[in-house]
Amino acid sequence: MAGHLSSGTHFLQGNEAIAEAAMIAGCRFFAGYPITPASEISEYLATHLPKIGGIMIQMEDEIASIGAIIGASWAGAKAMTATSGPGFSLMQENIGYAFMTETPCVVVDVQRSGPSTGQATKCAQGDVMQSRWGTHGDYASIVLSPNSVEEMFYLTIHAFNLAEQYRTPVILLADEIVAHMREQIHIPPAESIDIVNRRKPKTQEERFFGGEEVPPMPSIGEGHNVAVTGSTHDEFGRRFTADPGVHQNLVTRLVGKIRNNAELVMDFEAYNATDCEIGFITYGCTSRAAYEAIEMARNNGINAGLIRLKTLWPFPERIVQSMARNAKKIIVPEMNVQQLFFEVERATKGATEVIPVNKIGGGEMLTPEELYSQLKGSEN
Amino acid sequence: MEMPFSSGNYLRGVPFPFCAGCGGTTVANVFLRAVHELGHRNLQGFVFCSGIGCSSWIPSPHFKADSIHTTHGRSIPVATGVKLMRPNLNVVVFGGDGDIVGIGLGHLIHAARRNLDVTVIMVNNMIYGMTGGQVAPTTPQEVKTSTTPYGGFERPLDAVSLVASAGASYAARVTTAHIQQLKGTIKKALKTKGFSFIEVVSQCPTAYGRRAGFKNAGEMLHWMRDHSISIREAQKLSENEVKGKIVIGDFVDRKLPTLTERIQSTIKKASKDGPD
Ligand SMILES: Cc1ncc(C[n+]2csc(CCOP(=O)(O)OP(=O)(O)O)c2C)c(N)n1
Ligand code: SF4
Repeated sequence: MAGHLSSGTHFLQGNEAIAEAAMIAGCRFFAGYPITPASEISEYLATHLPKIGGIMIQMEDEIASIGAIIGASWAGAKAMTATSGPGFSLMQENIGYAFMTETPCVVVDVQRSGPSTGQATKCAQGDVMQSRWGTHGDYASIVLSPNSVEEMFYLTIHAFNLAEQYRTPVILLADEIVAHMREQIHIPPAESIDIVNRRKPKTQEERFFGGEEVPPMPSIGEGHNVAVTGSTHDEFGRRFTADPGVHQNLVTRLVGKIRNNAELVMDFEAYNATDCEIGFITYGCTSRAAYEAIEMARNNGINAGLIRLKTLWPFPERIVQSMARNAKKIIVPEMNVQQLFFEVERATKGATEVIPVNKIGGGEMLTPEELYSQLKGSEN
Repeated sequence: MEMPFSSGNYLRGVPFPFCAGCGGTTVANVFLRAVHELGHRNLQGFVFCSGIGCSSWIPSPHFKADSIHTTHGRSIPVATGVKLMRPNLNVVVFGGDGDIVGIGLGHLIHAARRNLDVTVIMVNNMIYGMTGGQVAPTTPQEVKTSTTPYGGFERPLDAVSLVASAGASYAARVTTAHIQQLKGTIKKALKTKGFSFIEVVSQCPTAYGRRAGFKNAGEMLHWMRDHSISIREAQKLSENEVKGKIVIGDFVDRKLPTLTERIQSTIKKASKDGPD
């Protein structure tokens, strides 16, 4: 798959890394609506996608944007949209539709301060729970959280791969700081990057909406007479709007294909996680300060550790539980008024004390010094 | 050489769920006749997108074809993604007036402005049928609905004029009381390059008819036939004289560059020399 840049070392903005990675992952359709701090993604793709035969179209709003990528996905394309909080809110109904119809697609939410228009250009991590529970009804989501420009690149490719593998929408939950920073990244040769493509049906008669955990996905226009519906349907796509069994089978399988594969999906980075006295559970831009705080702690003889979540949902609860077994305290720093904190509390089931550290407003990050003083203060 | 019409070529055999006398059944049947008369032996090469509502059930899952039954009001954005990635397919959207010009109105106008090459068939039964008879953006002001029990306080929308002025290649209105004209209009729309829009004024005896004082579907059809005038006639009359009439016919029928043509030429340009 071709991107715009050749392999080698480049100095890129986080949003550019997302756009570049999308092309390498095989994205050939992008629809979006302008919003800070995500617009650079559509601008980059507007310039470079047509050069490789792809299409970027600016739609009339975010509802139309996600609608268009769903259509493009059924037309056989890998497709993506990118937005920030207000647009992410507008997309929620169709994110549920993509989940229900098993439509692979990637939705980037570059988080900014909310609720509402909030502080539109400033960083925040306030969409953690929305990314998990934003649409209505029962569902499970896959949400990835990058903390560097290079990881914007790799997790974008990973997001496409997971979407194709599990036939589900995948959310790349970035934030303004990582999206707008510029860092050096190394783009490996195309042939060394693993690209997953959706499994296509072998015959005309297969079941495209059940019969196995992740059924094969035909494209429209290939003679399958596929009937796609967001209403409750059986494995052949037939609508059943009242039958309890059909609904139960469908939704249990859809949630199950993510829950049952959670161990395969979830990804994290751990440092001294299971033997530390005090640990951080961290993600996104905030984790950058946490790493520095750990370094300070080590230099001062404090036995601190860290888990950085690359997958927020499904929540990597086993590693969090192993940290809780030995750590006296777990600190959860976030740029919101406590969100993942509650999930950590839930997962650790009282095994240890969980301490939230929060900062909102002005897009200001928690500093390494602030986090270090929390570590120190929690020592006894 | 004319092949006889056989519904089995076009339908899966799942019965339509519509009430007796519903105009939705008429629209479905006439559409398939039109497709047949255009020489399509089946619906391969077609994709149907629809939203939520009784009228959105016309293609899905009844037509033996690919169909995407989307969320309420969002069929046109989904059709946009489909058409852009598969320009060779005939993409047809079905929906009710609530779906297309209530919740989905913005998408309709933008699709017309872009001259996206899809056909949108809006079944205007002047009411929200599926949800039980609430006021629609198309309900005549004097008709009482479940959410306007004292009568409406808004002016109904002229969707065809709106689409025409937004830049569509083709925009027409017809009713289910004019079967031959309906069929001809559908054929024309399907042959149009660019955006084609048909508003089919239709009868919903269940949720609209009884509220508007009709005894049955037959009465509604007579009323529609008697109150329709052609756009050519309407143009000779004053606004007052046209009031209360259904103006039918082609509002625009013209050749304009289409969205797929423009996008394809952008791709050609970009892949040759880049944006600078
Ligand atoms: C977002 C959303 N809002 C409301 C509804 C409920 N709803 C279902 S169908 C419908 C309107 C039906 O009217 P119309 O589109 O005119 O179709 P008809 O049933 O009259 O053919 C509404 C409001 C919904 N499904 N989704
Ligand atoms: S409620 Fe009205 S629109 Fe719906 S099926 Fe019955 S008659 Fe048709």
